[in-house]
Amino acid sequence: MADPMRIRAQAAGDKTTVRVLMSHEMETGQRKDSAGKLIPAWFIQQVTAAHNGKTVLTAEWGPSISKNPFLQFVVKGAKAGDKITLSWVDNKGDKRSDEATVT
Amino acid sequence: MKRNLLLGLAATALCAGALAQKSTADGIAEYRKMLEDGNPAELYEAKGEELWKKARGPKNASLQACDLGQGPGVVKGAFVALPRYFADTGRVQDLEDRLVTCMATLQGLDRAEIVKTPFGRGEMANVTALATYVAAQSRGLRFNLPQTNAQERESYEIGKRAFFFRGGSHDFSCASCHGEDGKRIRLQDLPDLTKNPGDGIGFAAWPAYRVSNGQMWGMQLRLNDCYRQQRFPYPGFGSEVTIALGTYLGVNAKGAESIAPAIKR
Repeated sequence: MADPMRIRAQAAGDKTTVRVLMSHEMETGQRKDSAGKLIPAWFIQQVTAAHNGKTVLTAEWGPSISKNPFLQFVVKGAKAGDKITLSWVDNKGDKRSDEATVT
Repeated sequence: MKRNLLLGLAATALCAGALAQKSTADGIAEYRKMLEDGNPAELYEAKGEELWKKARGPKNASLQACDLGQGPGVVKGAFVALPRYFADTGRVQDLEDRLVTCMATLQGLDRAEIVKTPFGRGEMANVTALATYVAAQSRGLRFNLPQTNAQERESYEIGKRAFFFRGGSHDFSCASCHGEDGKRIRLQDLPDLTKNPGDGIGFAAWPAYRVSNGQMWGMQLRLNDCYRQQRFPYPGFGSEVTIALGTYLGVNAKGAESIAPAIKR
């Protein structure tokens, strides 16, 4: 089971800025280990963000995204108290979903 | 082919020169500022907090009764007063070494086993996460290491000697790079650690997340890597010399504000 994400969602006017830190190795599949063997690719493939259950962002990621990725986006119309849910699926099928309340 | 490559490199260097209107240090400062918003050290901090509270090990106990120098279970303010002397072990210990002691005494984990684990693996990765959590609870506080005990004063003196001790194939000491202002390795400014280098610099910035390799580094690994760069043999984890150096740097940093866990290039 993957480590939790850190999600901060701050409202300003009618816009909410969401900042997400994800804990993931994001292995490209290009690197070799100390024995010279290829380290298999392992990265987040799909990212979904939802505002009160309604999907507001989907992304398809690849191996070029950094380790422990940081994602920031703005949700229009989200107010304090609303729920922001982030979920990802990686290429090994591992999943993680976390929720935060807009402040 | 080789010549073309060289020409290409020269052209790249020229472009970089033309773009460098602001100083390199400004550029780095700006880069750090951008990164600060999403410091992945927070992930390790969260992991460390969970490890601190979770019952683990053969004794199935949490670390919440661990005495980091401010009394059992007191985390806030512990980091800025370490390394210090502990009566139960009869020696001066830094944060990471003390955490291993607690993991051994409270949770029943094998100290020798943890100490020889490479950095970033198994229980050693847990020690770093725990250190990140503990350090984060003292963010904004100022360093004030105790120097009342004879062993603490001795540790400072040993650290000072070690800091100025030259050796290895390059005849380096810590002071070769960290003994005066304005020195750097590649683009990294090196603080003068023989005095208080200022808030959040040097000792007051570690544990830190290193963006370049995506690793969380505690002070033990920081010192270990300094010795690697000096071409010294690797010092043991929690060895007397690493703790003494910690004491020397920590006492010198008296009054400096801790920003740990920080973010590094």
